Amino acid sequence: MQLPLEKNNKKVVQTKAADINRRKRWITPKSAPYIFIAPTVILLIIFTLYPIVSSFLLSFKTKIAGQYVFSGFHNYIRLFHDPVFYKSLVNTFEILIIQVPIMIFLALIIAVLINSPIVKLNALFRISFFMPAITSLVAASLVFMILLDNNTGLVNYLLSLMGIHKIAWLTQPFWAKVSIIILMSWRWIGYNMVIFLAGLQGIGQDLYEAASIDGAGKVRQFFSITLPQLKPIFVFTVVLSTIGTLQLFDEPYILTGGGPSNATMTITLYLYQNGFKYFDFGYASAIAYVLVIITAILSWIQLKWAGDKD
Amino acid sequence: MKNQYSPVSKTVIYLLLIFGALLSIAPFYWMFVGATNASGDILHIPPRLLPGKHLIENFKNLQESLGMTRIMFNSLFVSLVSTFLSLLICSAAGYAFAKFKFKGRDVIFFAILLTMMIPSQVTLVPLFKLMVALNWLDTYQAVILPQLAVPFAIFLIRQNMLSFPDDLLKAARIDGAGELRIFFTIVLPTMKPALAAVAIFLFMSQWNSFIWPLVVLSSPDMYTLPVALSSLIGLARIDYGQVMLGATISTVPVIVFFLIFQKQFIAGILGGSVKE
Repeated sequence: MQLPLEKNNKKVVQTKAADINRRKRWITPKSAPYIFIAPTVILLIIFTLYPIVSSFLLSFKTKIAGQYVFSGFHNYIRLFHDPVFYKSLVNTFEILIIQVPIMIFLALIIAVLINSPIVKLNALFRISFFMPAITSLVAASLVFMILLDNNTGLVNYLLSLMGIHKIAWLTQPFWAKVSIIILMSWRWIGYNMVIFLAGLQGIGQDLYEAASIDGAGKVRQFFSITLPQLKPIFVFTVVLSTIGTLQLFDEPYILTGGGPSNATMTITLYLYQNGFKYFDFGYASAIAYVLVIITAILSWIQLKWAGDKD
Repeated sequence: MKNQYSPVSKTVIYLLLIFGALLSIAPFYWMFVGATNASGDILHIPPRLLPGKHLIENFKNLQESLGMTRIMFNSLFVSLVSTFLSLLICSAAGYAFAKFKFKGRDVIFFAILLTMMIPSQVTLVPLFKLMVALNWLDTYQAVILPQLAVPFAIFLIRQNMLSFPDDLLKAARIDGAGELRIFFTIVLPTMKPALAAVAIFLFMSQWNSFIWPLVVLSSPDMYTLPVALSSLIGLARIDYGQVMLGATISTVPVIVFFLIFQKQFIAGILGGSVKE
């Protein structure tokens, strides 16, 4: 009875030792890091690096008789003369210039109010304002589409109770843009507010106490302590929001489909249409590279501005 | 400090905050009202402002038009699988970048960070062509695989792992533990709080992901929630009850989860850009 059991145990011990030996042979502290980064590197080469290069090459090619042939700057020249692309650029920048400052301003104000010592229940406020930031953009856009419907939407109904005439939220070029801006602000104010809140909590109370003793009022303290101290956070939110707005897609795709008459056409929406509606891959790739260049320039400017004033 | 606010300014501050908070929450309430009412009730003037009794009927309609249970499964499956794999892959890489010295480490890490600066839209067309070539259109792997190596997640995990004590790793090696074992039984369990936040970040980006699934999925029974919902508005007659219930289904589980794990959630959504 005892003998076989002993044998078995020996076997287990042996295989375990062999296991460790084998592992030691293949994964040494020297080779381990390469094995750990291997999946990431392989995936990034196939699914990021290759597409980035391929897209660049594609942007210089045009489809002729089913084949993509080199056509020099043809796609870029075509973009330059394309009124819809031009419109999408202007729209994206209009939304950027109006929406980002409004959103950042409101996010900052709300953060400061929630952070002030007199406000109780600040956890409840924080949750309420943050909730939009966790919803899917598609779901949010659908709800806003129904809320803003010209004839049957709740918003126009509430406006009519106040004696305000119906607004053609989604069917008039100006108001369609306003609708996109409202939706984006609703979705992202809480997100930015939480970033500001964390920044505010990082400012030492002693700064405020010293200012109080010196007789500085609340408003004065806000401008001479709070704002300068929040500078890095400020830059961070502006850069993030700018990059996000340049890639604006879900909201106009659902809410307005880019219309009316391209009033809400954005760069990414136009890229999508050319790539996956008209299957003009060369042209879509050229749009993508214009987006890359714009993103790079704007990020560079903003980071430089951040560095200069420090 | 206390006396610097007059009762008037106090009231104004509260009114502003309450008004703002209501504006933030109102669309959720309206979504819930819509999900439980028939399409006609939502469009009715004056509109019904209270939840109705059409929840089950709306779900039946949604099941009929979209195959809702299958869609929910697709979204959950894709999000969970990609979160799990991505977390594994990214934490292995983050660990290597934080705790090993090896040739090319800084160059590779910098290159990975650099890819974060490039808008992902650039990869859409070539990735689509790649999926066509692999015959992967309309498959789960087409949705999952390109999203697994997430530079931002690698960066966050690396930052968190920098503070992991080297002595612990040394001791484990002296004890004869293999590198894989050290990673799985010592490093990962210790990093749980940071990994939880990253996992939420990864799950949310996949759950809400829209443009890539929209491009690679073409048959309705493969759709994820956002793609399926977007297909509802293409119909000639939009059933608002269905749309609102669909929107509710894609948001309510996340909200419940958020209310329970608030702290990790905020850290995860902000991608650890904020330390709380």
